[in-house]
Amino acid sequence: MADMSPRALARYQSMAAAARRQRRLEAWLPWIVIGGMFALWEIIVVAFGIAEFILPAPHDIVNSMIRWWRPLMQDSLVTLYCTLAGFGMAIVGGVLLGVAIGSSQMVYKGLYPLLIAFNSIPKVAVVPILIIWFGIGVWPPILTAFLISFFPIVVNVATGIATVEPELKDVLRALGAKPRDIIIKVGLPRAMPYFFASLKIAVTVAFVGAIIAESVAPNAGIGRLIMVASSRFDVPLVFAGLIITGFMGIVLYWIAEYIERRTTGWATRGQNQNLAAGG
Amino acid sequence: MTRPFVEIDHVAMRYGGVDGTLALQDCSMNVQEGEFVAVVGPSGCGKSTLMRLVTGLWPATEGNVIVDGSEVDGPVTIAGMAFQSPTLLPWRRILANVMLPLEVTPEHRGRLRRERPQYEARARELLKLVGLEGFDGKYPYQLSGGMQQRTSLCRALIHEPKLLMLDEPFSALDVFTREELWAVMQDVWMVRKPTVILVTHDLREAVYLADRVLVMSARPGRIIAERKVDLPRPRTLETTYTPEFQALTADLRRYIAAARSGEEVTI
Repeated sequence: MADMSPRALARYQSMAAAARRQRRLEAWLPWIVIGGMFALWEIIVVAFGIAEFILPAPHDIVNSMIRWWRPLMQDSLVTLYCTLAGFGMAIVGGVLLGVAIGSSQMVYKGLYPLLIAFNSIPKVAVVPILIIWFGIGVWPPILTAFLISFFPIVVNVATGIATVEPELKDVLRALGAKPRDIIIKVGLPRAMPYFFASLKIAVTVAFVGAIIAESVAPNAGIGRLIMVASSRFDVPLVFAGLIITGFMGIVLYWIAEYIERRTTGWATRGQNQNLAAGG
Repeated sequence: MTRPFVEIDHVAMRYGGVDGTLALQDCSMNVQEGEFVAVVGPSGCGKSTLMRLVTGLWPATEGNVIVDGSEVDGPVTIAGMAFQSPTLLPWRRILANVMLPLEVTPEHRGRLRRERPQYEARARELLKLVGLEGFDGKYPYQLSGGMQQRTSLCRALIHEPKLLMLDEPFSALDVFTREELWAVMQDVWMVRKPTVILVTHDLREAVYLADRVLVMSARPGRIIAERKVDLPRPRTLETTYTPEFQALTADLRRYIAAARSGEEVTI
C-alpha cells in the first residue's frame, strides 16, 4: 500500500471505513430488529389496553419469567435434552441413509417414495402411537424430534453425494478407485455444505417435534408447561415458554452456523471479504 | 514393430440398449507406447466415448480394447485423465488436489503415509514444471481458469501414469492461455514420455502436440484418416506458421469437412 497516491489512499481508507461500518451494522441488526419488535409490542398493548390474558405485554412476560424461573429452567432443560437426543439420532441416521440414497440409484428408486410418504404424515398424528409403544416419558418427544428432523438431513446429504461431477468420478475410477473411495474422498466432503444447511433447518424443527409430543403427552418439558399454563389462563407464562423455546432454537442455529463456517468456508468464499481480501 | 500399447479392434458402442444411439462403429486404432496421438473429428462423433472405452469406464458393445497387453474389462488403474473442466476439489488446497490420485491408486496409497515428504516434493516439482511454483497452498477458487487447468494436468500426471487421456483439456481456455499450455504439455510429455491420447476439435492443437493425428467420421464414429506429424520437437508457436504445419492442418480440415457432410473419403 506504500506506493499508493495520497488520493487513492484516502479513497481506499474511506471505502474500508464504510465497509467496517456496514459490518458493524450487520452484526447489530438482528438485535435492533428484536428489540424494536418488543418495543412495538409493548406500545401496542399499552396503547390499546389489551387484556393480559389475550396478549400480555413484554414486561408481564418478563415478570412471569422471573416468578416462575425454576420450573421454566427445569422444563427447558428437559425439552433441550429431548430435542438434542432426537436431533443427534437424526444426524446419525440421516447421514447414513443420505449416503446410501445418494450413492446408489437402486436405494434411491426403492426408498424415496416411501420417505416422501412418511414425511407427509403430520408428526402430531404419530405421537399417540409412540405413547402406546413407549409410554408417557422422554421417548415420545425424543422420537418425534428425530422423525421430524430426519428428513431434511437425508435429502440434503443425498443431494450432495448424488451431484458429484461425472468427470471427477471418471478421474477417480480410472485410477482404480472403489465406490467407497469416491464417497469418502469426494462425496462426503462435497455434501458437507448441504449437510450443514440441513442441520440449521433440522435443529429448529426438532424443537417443534419435541414440544408437540410434550403437549400431547404432558409429562415434562416446555410443551407440558405451556399446556398447564394455558389451562390456568396464565397467558404470560405461555408466552414465556414460547420465547425461551425461540431463544434455544436460535442458539442452536448459531452453533450449527459457526461449525458450518469453520468447516465449509470454501463453499461460501468470496462473500463478505470484498475489502478484507484486497488489503 | 513392437506390440501397440493401446489396441482398439473393430469396436462398436451403443448407448441405451438395442435401439439406442450408435456412437462408434467399426472403430480401430493403435497407439504405440510413449506415442502422442490426437483424435480429431466433427462434434458429436464419439471422441469422448472412445476415451471412456480405452479407460474401461464403459464396456464396448462389440470388439476388443487391449491396453498394455491385457483386454480391458473394467476400469484400468493406470490412467491419468484431464477434461475440459478442471474438476478440482474446492475444499482442498492445490497441493492436496494434485496428490489426490496418490490416495487412490493401489500402487501408491499404501506408501503415501510413510513417504509423504517425498511425494509432496514430487507434486511441487510437477507444479513447477507447469509454471505454478508457489501456488501449492492456494485454494482452486483463488486461481484463474488456466491455472486451474494446469493443476488438473498435474493431477493427471502425479502418479506417473503410463497412459494419459486428455478430453479437450484446453478448449475452455482463451487462445493465449491455450497456446501457452500446449508448450507446457509438450514439455511434460518430452520429460515423462507417457502414452497420450488427446481428443480435441482444434486442428492446430492436434498438429502442434501429436506425433500422429487420427480423424474420426461423423456418428457413428470410426477412424477415416491418419496423418503423421514429422515436425521437429520442441515445436513452438513459430512452427505453427511454417508451410508444413499449415499444409497439414489444411489437409486435416478437408477430412473434417468431408466427415461432416457424410461423404466417403479415400485415404
